[in-house]
This record gives sequence, structure tokens and C-alpha cells, in this order.
Amino acid sequence: MNLFVIIISSMLVSNVVLSQFLGICPFLGVSKKVGTAVGMGAAVTFVITIACMITYPIYYAILVPLKLEYLQTIAFILIIAALVQFVEMALKKFMPSLHASLGVYLPLITTNCAVLGVAINNISDGYNFIESLVCGFCTAVGFLIAITILAGIRERIEYNDVPKSFRGTPIVLVTASLMAIAFCGFAGLV
Amino acid sequence: MNSCTERLKNGIITENPTFVMMLGMCPTLAVTSSAVNGLGMGLTTTVVLILSNAFISLLRKVIPDKVRIPGFIVIVASFVTMIQLLLKAYLPFLDSALGVYIPLIVVNCIILGRAEAYASKNSVLPSIFDGLGMGLGFTFGLTCIGICREIFGAGAIFGVEFIPDDFHITFFVLAPGAFLVLAFLTAIQNKLQMPSATNVEKDDSMSCGGDCASCTGASCVANKGIIEAERAAAKAAKAQAAKEAAAKAKAAKEAKAAAEKKED
Repeated sequence: MNLFVIIISSMLVSNVVLSQFLGICPFLGVSKKVGTAVGMGAAVTFVITIACMITYPIYYAILVPLKLEYLQTIAFILIIAALVQFVEMALKKFMPSLHASLGVYLPLITTNCAVLGVAINNISDGYNFIESLVCGFCTAVGFLIAITILAGIRERIEYNDVPKSFRGTPIVLVTASLMAIAFCGFAGLV
Repeated sequence: MNSCTERLKNGIITENPTFVMMLGMCPTLAVTSSAVNGLGMGLTTTVVLILSNAFISLLRKVIPDKVRIPGFIVIVASFVTMIQLLLKAYLPFLDSALGVYIPLIVVNCIILGRAEAYASKNSVLPSIFDGLGMGLGFTFGLTCIGICREIFGAGAIFGVEFIPDDFHITFFVLAPGAFLVLAFLTAIQNKLQMPSATNVEKDDSMSCGGDCASCTGASCVANKGIIEAERAAAKAAKAQAAKEAAAKAKAAKEAKAAAEKKED
């Protein structure tokens, strides 16, 4: 039951983009077409899940026994940066087809604050390994949902007669705002 | 000293990170629910920016070029950790208000951008002033947005309430309000034709919009991938076209030969 609450709350109620404001840059930057948005979302899901899987044991098996909890930020950002590189190399070698579809987005993810944010939140919320894994995966799925919906709406906006000063970024931000209102409606679920 | 004042002006006005360059959007949207939070976040980032710029500038000849980005990240992360511990000890209310966004200063693109674009190429004193200018510009932007949201949403400025409770539009201090305030801000900039990253003619194929004039280098990694992919696609298309042309020529030749044979 606890896991179910985590799934709903991390995916919908406190959506990573629309209520926590993590990963705004790719959310606004790579949401021009649905295809690329799904690619980016899938790459983020992949990296966040693996990052949660690795940062958790490192925190509890290395940093806590050595009383080095204050090195959390430094350790996590280095792990994530190295991990993204490693994942890219591994994909290139073992899964070239997946690399072909996700490859372009992987370097972008190092600067995605959602990865670090989720890793830190998992520790500060005191989740156990399974919970933090589920939370990481569902948060990333929340990102995938949000960016895909935004890309779908943006493709439609292309054909609309937007007031001149609202063309470009402003109308995207207005769209994001309306989406955030819609996602506020999930607040009663948990 | 002249270059120092120029750096300050550049950071606060000419290349203001919030209004002109639109960098560091995550904290801009997340912590500006009140003016105090915006000010606190801005000043925290300023301190980190000054320290990291100074340190990176000092070490610019020691850090090998190939590993400079991981090096910068370690330096920035160390300063962020120090500031986080100091805030926890002396300003606990700010620490709890900003929460996870303090460690996330590490991935704020303003800091890495300034390190890459300025501090790694210039001497210490101008770098410090560059950090100070950029930091104050960021603080100014966050505080302005924070004041707007606080006036509409809570009827107050810096916690001093002057609009009665019935006229508060709580929407503005919640998440959707952040997006809407920023939307109107960029729309006003578009309307007034002010210099901003949002109203230059964009080449959509690049993540930064191909806007090299105001690029800090932070998105070069992303662009490199995109450019490489584009080149590969162009190459493939060219090869395909060449193949088709060759096939066509071959077919034409064969047809001609066949026609000649027939004539014979």
C-alpha cells in the first residue's frame, strides 16, 4: 500500500516538472515535437532509475559508515556525471539500436537537475532501497508524461493564431501553467 | 578597476542571467513564492558564484583541459556543501524554505556557464567581480519575480501584508502561478523588443537556439551531439542520393544499351 502511495504521489501529485520545478530546461527546450520529447523522457527514465539504484547503496554502504554524509552532494553529482558517460558507452557497445534512439539525449541529462534532485530527495525522505527505486522510476515517468503532453499541445499551437508578443516561449509557459493547474487536481488523491 | 565595474554592469544589466539570458530557470520558478525566498536563493547563489569563480580562476592553469568540467563540478559542489552547512547552522529558516534547491545550486547552469566562459580564461579579480555581477543580477531577477508573486498571491512585500485577506489570489504563490508570471514577463519583453534569449530569431535545431552571441558555453555539449547527429543524417542522405543517382545512371545506361542492341 505504501508503494502505491509513492507511485501516485511521485508520478502525479508532486509531478517532478509541474510542481517541483526540476528539469525545466529540457521540459521547455526539447518539447517541440512528440517524437523527440518521448525520446528525452525515455532517456531520463533510464538514467534516473539507474542513478537511484547506484546512489542508494553508495550513501548507505560508504558515506554513512564513514560518517561522511556531508559529502552527499559532491559524491552524487560525480556519480551521476560518470554514470551518464558510462551508460552512453555501454549502450553504444551492447545495445546500438537503443543508443541510436536515446544517444543524442544522454549528454543533455548530466545537466538535468531532476536526476540529482530525485537522488537527494530519496535519501532525505528516508526511503528503503525498493521504495527509492520505485520513487525514482515513477518520478521519471511523471517527467515523461508531462513532456509528452506539452509536446502534443505545442504541435497543435503551431497552427493557432497566437498574439504576437506571446509567440515562442511565453505561450509555452502559459501552457505549462495550465497543465500545472490540471495536475493540482490530483492533490486530493493522496 | 575599470574592467571590474564593467563586469558588474555586464552581470546586472547587459547579460542579466534571469531576464536576458534566461538561465537557471529551475530555482527561478521554484523558490520565488515570496520575495524573501528569492532574495535568499539569489544571495546564496551569489556567494557560491564568487567563491567558485575565484577558485577556478586561481586553478585555471593547473586543471588539465580534458578534465576541466568534472574539476569545475567538484569545486562548485564543495562550495555548495559549505554554504549548505553554514545556512543550516545560522539561517535554519532559509534552509528549510529552500530545501532541496540548495544542493541543486551545483547543477545551476549559470555557475558552470560562468566558470567555462569567463573564470577559466581570466585572472582572479575580474573573475570575482564577474561572479558578483552575475550573482547580483540573478538576485535582482529572483527578488523581482518573488515580489510580483507575493503581492498578487499573499498581498504582501517581504512579509509585510498590506492587502486584506479577501483580495489574495493564492494561485500566484502556487506552482501554476510561477509559470504564468514568467510567461507574462517574457511576453512583455517580446512586446517591448527588449534583449532577451526568448525573442531572438531561433534556429530550432540546437538546444540553445544557435544564439552564439549570448552563449555561456553550458549547452555546447548538447549542441555537439545534435550537430553530430545532423551531420551524420546529412551524410547518410547524401550517400543515399548518390546511390540513387548511380542506380539511375546504371538503369539509364542499361536501357540505352538494350535499345542499341535492339537497333542492331
